Amino acid sequence: MTFLGMPLLPSTRRDRPTIPGGQGNIVEDESFAEVSHQHLSNQQLRNNIGHATSTIREKRADVVAELDDWEELREAGSRAKNHVMENLPEYLAEFEANFTAAGGVIHWARDADEANAIVTELAEANAPVLDSGRREVIKVKSMATQEIGLNEHLETQGIDAFETDLAELIVQLGDDKPSHILVPAIHRNRDEIRDIFEEKMPDAGDLTNDPTELAEAARRHLRHKFLTTKVAVSGANFGIADTGSLGVVESEGNGRMCLTLPETLITVMGIEKLLPSFDDLEVFLQLLPRSSTGERMNPYTSFWTGSTPGDGPQNVHLVLLDNGRTRALADEHGRTALNCIRCSACMNVCPVYERTGGHAYGSTYPGPIGAILSPLMTGVEAEENGSLPYASSLCGACYDVCPVKIDIPSILVHLRNEDAEANHSPVSSQLDTALTGASWMMSEGKRMATAESGLPIAHAVTGGEQINSLPGIAGAWTSSRDIPALPEKSFRQLWAEDEARAEEEDDES
Amino acid sequence: MKIALFATCIVDAMYPEVAQATVTILRRLGHEIVFPSGQTCCGQMHINSGKFAQAEPVIAAHARAFSDTDWDVAVAPAASCVASLGHQQPMVARRMGNDALAAEAADIAGQTYELSQLLTDVLGITDAAADLGSYFPHRVTYHPSCHGMRLLRLGDRQSDLLRSVEGIDYVDLPLADACCGFGGTFSVKNPEVSSAMLADKIRTVHSTGAEVCTGGDASCLLHMGGGLSRFQRTGSFEGTPDVTAVHVRQTSSTDVGDDNVDHLTAVVGADDDDHLTPGEKGTSPAEPSRIQSGFRVGQSAVHLARILASTKEDPLRVQSEGATVSGGSLR
Repeated sequence: MTFLGMPLLPSTRRDRPTIPGGQGNIVEDESFAEVSHQHLSNQQLRNNIGHATSTIREKRADVVAELDDWEELREAGSRAKNHVMENLPEYLAEFEANFTAAGGVIHWARDADEANAIVTELAEANAPVLDSGRREVIKVKSMATQEIGLNEHLETQGIDAFETDLAELIVQLGDDKPSHILVPAIHRNRDEIRDIFEEKMPDAGDLTNDPTELAEAARRHLRHKFLTTKVAVSGANFGIADTGSLGVVESEGNGRMCLTLPETLITVMGIEKLLPSFDDLEVFLQLLPRSSTGERMNPYTSFWTGSTPGDGPQNVHLVLLDNGRTRALADEHGRTALNCIRCSACMNVCPVYERTGGHAYGSTYPGPIGAILSPLMTGVEAEENGSLPYASSLCGACYDVCPVKIDIPSILVHLRNEDAEANHSPVSSQLDTALTGASWMMSEGKRMATAESGLPIAHAVTGGEQINSLPGIAGAWTSSRDIPALPEKSFRQLWAEDEARAEEEDDES
Repeated sequence: MKIALFATCIVDAMYPEVAQATVTILRRLGHEIVFPSGQTCCGQMHINSGKFAQAEPVIAAHARAFSDTDWDVAVAPAASCVASLGHQQPMVARRMGNDALAAEAADIAGQTYELSQLLTDVLGITDAAADLGSYFPHRVTYHPSCHGMRLLRLGDRQSDLLRSVEGIDYVDLPLADACCGFGGTFSVKNPEVSSAMLADKIRTVHSTGAEVCTGGDASCLLHMGGGLSRFQRTGSFEGTPDVTAVHVRQTSSTDVGDDNVDHLTAVVGADDDDHLTPGEKGTSPAEPSRIQSGFRVGQSAVHLARILASTKEDPLRVQSEGATVSGGSLR
């Protein structure tokens, strides 16, 4: 077994050894502000997302309110995850022993390249070459395989991966990227989906935009694949250490088809997904569906333990993926981000996500959790990652809904500090210069008083009027907001004058 | 009781009338107010920008100022800054290896209250009209602001106090728990997203027909006041991608017909559907139905301390935060 999941002892930033970062399936090389600019002006996208997130927000709030022990459940979930992270090497070893004993094969992957190579090799060994000269595998929706860019990699190796989750299928057929971890096609409406199906499904025929009809078209399209494809690739929501079992929760049943019909099943799972035992599921199977789809329980929950002769896949493989998780685990201020169970509740309440959509975040994990997971796993050094922790107004809605109590706002602030320390540019930006000046001024009350003594002049210069336009970084503010008229005097000055007056009056009397 | 006022940097430098109102309310209740002169800022601006090293001397200045002065409890008319004192200052001091400062900061934070917290939890005020003489005969809506709601868990303290003001026509703000988009330097780092959030907030404020949008944080009110002002002045958020399609027609002040709101100037598209037509910049409003037509507005953002301080004898003239306020003597 490799050296995985071992938290470093507390250390200062200066002497922290460099831990290999993951490869994040980064699709953008620009900052969040630049990418979000393009998406903000897409009104269709904003309407689609705004409608979907507000609907799911209400559903979640309703089913959460039904439980009077919701806060205790969150606490239990958080504690269980913290416990696993603190003892990850032991649980990984226990899981490996039990998974292997049940007839499965474990593969360890340090990063995306290693994981992709392992899956490719397994697919080549088990999926036949078809008349087209290519091989095929079917897939259960999986964030881990998105993260490593598996589909794109397999394609270059002559292997076509067919997504079977409805939303993932829409994204794949549309040559698109997922924009939400639970609802990958959240940015599409039903008219767009009909157009994609008509164009990309040869047998679909003419379709209306009726969801039932669209789902039926997808069902017909997929059924043949389930019955003929020899190899399936899945992710996993949970790995159970004391039995070596894996679990997938889903809504459509396509996952269960993939997990049971093919001869070979290859699962790719992040090392942080472990739970000690089945008993722990009691908490997580309440937290996850309520937080993600706003349901009391998801329709399909599948667990499998190794292989059984004559029943289900006979070749059962698991790729255990690090890809930056060890790096995140070593960050004492950020490691609780690994507690994430990928429910997406934070996305559905985030006012920034709601306006920009998921693509603006430029990597597999969008929204508030993406804004911390991507930099934690792959480092803040890259420009596209360094800008992510600032993609938040720190309103705190994400922390309130997180079923495992990840303090996302605090981790965002921590990562901003990491970014500031990394000192991307030798030339300070205007904002940095302003902050440096403000720090000097605000380190002494007297300095601030001196600065405020300029208010009468500023008030006179602006004619006591509101300010509508300013150059430089202040122009970012005045592009859509006025600055109120400056007062003639600061409170500090008014207070001092009042005190002096009172003293005079006291002297006179 | 001897109450130390932490004015906060934005109130001190931009909205002195908010601090004056805070003093007025507490003196009306018979308390002695002290103003630690070395105070500057809670440090939130630097902390939230990741500049922990630059925040440390600001945190130290706060600790020094409030340790050097004798007081029983401290108060700030700003939920966000009070939250920063408790949630951020000790954390940053520890991260900088300054445990003594962390302990001192935590100590001060433990005795510092947001205004409505102090009034309700410490001073037992439940009826602003009876206990403070608060009188404000205007239609008012209220934005709770994120840090008051989620970090301080203020709950209904602020809105309950407002509802108990004599003459007030209190109206709930739809989607009140949505962030206004200020977020300190967020509004500079991601100005377009911030503006888009602001535009939606302004839409909901308009939909209430309130003359005044109030809250307990001068920073959020700075943002919303700046948006309301721009919106009413120009009828749109210029330079912002597709954030508004609601057009405001300027009109004469006589339409408003209330001496206290004589400067209020706008009417939202009342009689002309064109005013709600989407798409002028290739855009459409997300939910145009939320925008009621036919009401008269001239909306300002006003800190709730000023509403609570307003009385029949000394009525507040409804003006945006930042405008010069008549009267306002401290004594």
